[in-house]
Amino acid sequence: MSARMFGAPVQRTEDERLLTGRGAYLDDLGADAYAAVFVRSPHAHARVRDVDVTDALDVDGLIAVYTHEDLTGPMAEPLPLLLPHPCIVDGRTPHALAAGYVHHVGAPVAMVVARDRYLAEDAAERIAVDYEVLAPVVGIEAAVAAEHVVHAGMSDNVAAHLVQEVGDARAAIAAAPHRLELDLDIERSACTPMEGRGVYARWDEAGGSLRLYSSTQTASGVRAAVAAKLGLDVGRVEVVVPDVGGGFGVKIMHPWPEEVMVPWAARRLGHGVKWTEDRREHFIAAAHERGQRHTVRAGFDDEGRLLGLDVEILHDNGAYLPYGVIVPIVTSTQLLGPYKPGAYRVEFRSLYTTTVIVTPYRGAGRPQGVFAMERTMDAIADRLGRDRAEVREVNLIRPDEMPYDQGLLFQDGRPLVYDSGDYPRTLRMVKELIGWEGFAAERERARAEGRRIGIGLACYVEGTGPGPYEGGHVQVGTDGRVRVATGLTSQGQGHHTILAQIVADELGVAMSDVEVTTGDTRRMPYSVGTFASRGAVMSGSAVALAARKVREKALRVAADALEADPGDLEIAGGRVHVRGVPGAGMDLGTVAVLSNPLRYAFDEASRAATQFARPADHAAPPVPEGDAPGLEGTDFHSPLRSTFANGAHAVVVETDPETAEITILRYCVVHDCGRLVNPLIVEGQIHGGVAQGVAGALYERMAYDADGQLLNASFMDFLVPYASEIPPIRIAHLETPSPLNPLGVKGAGEAGVIPGAAVIASAIEDAEGFPVRSMPISPSDLFGLRRRFAAGEIPPLRRAERARGRRANETGEPDV
Amino acid sequence: MNEETHEIRLRVNGVPRAATVPARRLLSDCLRHDLGLTGTHVGCEHGVCGACTVLLDGRPVRSCLMFAVGADGHEVTTVEGLAAADGTPHPVQRAFRECHGLQCGFCTPGFLTVVAAFLEENPEPTEEQAREAIGGNLCRCTGYVNIVRAVLRAAELRRAAGRDPQAGDPAPRGPVRRQRP
Repeated sequence: MSARMFGAPVQRTEDERLLTGRGAYLDDLGADAYAAVFVRSPHAHARVRDVDVTDALDVDGLIAVYTHEDLTGPMAEPLPLLLPHPCIVDGRTPHALAAGYVHHVGAPVAMVVARDRYLAEDAAERIAVDYEVLAPVVGIEAAVAAEHVVHAGMSDNVAAHLVQEVGDARAAIAAAPHRLELDLDIERSACTPMEGRGVYARWDEAGGSLRLYSSTQTASGVRAAVAAKLGLDVGRVEVVVPDVGGGFGVKIMHPWPEEVMVPWAARRLGHGVKWTEDRREHFIAAAHERGQRHTVRAGFDDEGRLLGLDVEILHDNGAYLPYGVIVPIVTSTQLLGPYKPGAYRVEFRSLYTTTVIVTPYRGAGRPQGVFAMERTMDAIADRLGRDRAEVREVNLIRPDEMPYDQGLLFQDGRPLVYDSGDYPRTLRMVKELIGWEGFAAERERARAEGRRIGIGLACYVEGTGPGPYEGGHVQVGTDGRVRVATGLTSQGQGHHTILAQIVADELGVAMSDVEVTTGDTRRMPYSVGTFASRGAVMSGSAVALAARKVREKALRVAADALEADPGDLEIAGGRVHVRGVPGAGMDLGTVAVLSNPLRYAFDEASRAATQFARPADHAAPPVPEGDAPGLEGTDFHSPLRSTFANGAHAVVVETDPETAEITILRYCVVHDCGRLVNPLIVEGQIHGGVAQGVAGALYERMAYDADGQLLNASFMDFLVPYASEIPPIRIAHLETPSPLNPLGVKGAGEAGVIPGAAVIASAIEDAEGFPVRSMPISPSDLFGLRRRFAAGEIPPLRRAERARGRRANETGEPDV
Repeated sequence: MNEETHEIRLRVNGVPRAATVPARRLLSDCLRHDLGLTGTHVGCEHGVCGACTVLLDGRPVRSCLMFAVGADGHEVTTVEGLAAADGTPHPVQRAFRECHGLQCGFCTPGFLTVVAAFLEENPEPTEEQAREAIGGNLCRCTGYVNIVRAVLRAAELRRAAGRDPQAGDPAPRGPVRRQRP
């Protein structure tokens, strides 16, 4: 038996290509395609009075200019609302090109097609759009006040409103021995993958069919949406996803205006058309996330046990609601984390503003939920004078309470039932890893050197791998090579490697004999997409199930040829043989030949499958009833519910007493994503997630002015961290298998980012001695808080007061 | 309007190449779209992210900040030219694979060219120096942890391969440095 690949830190199969410049990203394709660029609104809110293209017509190389007036049928209608939900009061979605109004800076107004990108930009510059500027609505406060509305025909800016309640939270809080209330804010940020969006389409006039390449997280979703818009049968649309330079959520949104305009133009022009997003466009015309305000009311007992929790959420969804209310639903449900809240009430309002739309960004509402819950835990501990870890401990769900039903509906419309996990152990491990118990002494040593340090802690539970399903297709060629296809797409997560590991084990072949294809509707048309940390859970399970089918068939066909019992056979090293007798067997390639009875031979291998090549049973048909030719199998994984990963992060920060510079000294992660398929890849996912968590806590924010202009729409001004900003990261794994899939795995892609804002706020607060309720926090923000604290506008943490008191008693001198 | 064009001749990955380009054509676009070397990627178009870094006469430059006509008569090395002529991967390429120093791979060509040039200058970097060397390149996937490891590993592999370090000048057209707003 060959070495097991599942669980091994196998080097990635993707890398050789990507390291030698042989990757094929969207803009690397379609060398002969026309280039498309979009004329975009410079205003946050305006009526489009006129689009004058006259000046553009002189530009050499111009092919076409399109506006909304050129669109008919489904193309002229608003883009779909992808995720309808009964709580959506008024679900507005954009048009492919502005239909009379624009609702954010960056909204596409006209499309220019030219021989190359430079010329298309020249022409775009010469298009004069006459706007009547309307009142912008920027920020949650303005949206709530509704002095102006974003969308005509609405009386306010509320897109959706949902209340969920388990028990009577308000009564439980009123009756509780202790109560507190917190206002907690998180600002906007964005995925900003290194490669922006991009679309390339070719129309085949003879076949009446479309080939579409898109830098997307869902091939099947784009296919269905584009087919509907273009009035084509889905069978006439092929979507192929090339290498994708990062997604982090933004590329699950579909169809983008550009994603329908490019194929529409390609069909109309009978020529390939390509659009490659530039960096500024990505900031002003893709999607953001995170902007949310939370009001938390908690009632608790003397130990800090939650008795009731009441949370009101105001969610800024931007100009439109194409992706529904997934983000605030995820916040509402995942806010509970590993804790038992007692009674729980959560209410959100999702609000229109004249800014870029909001769709999931890695973590998708969880960072905000964890921020709200973990800030609450810290505040309870501070109120009671208890250790922050102890307060968490008393609230944790115990392993013997699994599966644990939180009594709510999750984002996939299924019950929020945690499948497995050992939360107390996770917490113990992270305390050990960071040195929680010894920190008081460490703090004192630092203080003696004039340094200010603090420690923070945050726990989370993450629903991963939601359905409805993913599929796997596994085929053994007559050359013995195994070709695997799954429909979801890959943006750097190493899916090709882990799926090959799984199939290699299931089939008993070498990993080097397994080729994986993702995101190609020609190979696997049934699929959902890559989001919610579902790649390993969904496609991993699907390809394992498909491989098991193939294995079963291989054993059956080989048993027939070898005149053996299938139960006596095994597959190892790509050969089927009698168990214990490696000589008595045949290669899987030969089994593939035998599994497909042939009339015509085309090479040496196929001769063996032709009708006169070997004796046949004339009483049975060549392909047995109920069977199919070929050594291949397809299967689907459709889980009952999401599986729930969990973890805890802890961090030690230093804040400069003079400059308020914030430095992370060490960052620790305990991570339980069930069984690890490839620890190298899982740790890579955690590293990247933590980096985005640190970024969202300390560096990145969307700086909109009151007019709705995004002031930092470039990598010069939006501070994606460089290597110098990312601390060393220590990781420990726990592996609590999921009972919900055949591999026992849970998702790993998003976890690293989830507790970032919560854990860093916790540590800064601990270092400073006053509460931190809003993130991100820059040195100038912290400096401002210090001033307000000094002026008595912010109350001190009680534990800081108590510590000061203790020191004063010990030294007989007041602390300064 | 027809745009005036210029003939340029340059050596790319050791091969003499020629192109006819307008004066405004960026070196990045010329490499990718005129010469078909799509391994060089463009991530921000303003010199901040470093994905488009290539070596000009052995030194790292941002090809999105340079006009193609400026490369006339020069030697350019792109990610496609890092491996040896017989296909043996460059130590930096090997190290990035061993250390899982890449995920989506989009920023990777810029890191590879920067690190290859850095190790020529400093064949035995400390971890701090390794981190500093990649301090002008953005990566959104890895958190840089394994990239720093890969730089150190590449130095090891390079020493093991017995290459002689060559002294070189520091990068003339380095990253655009930004300030906190």
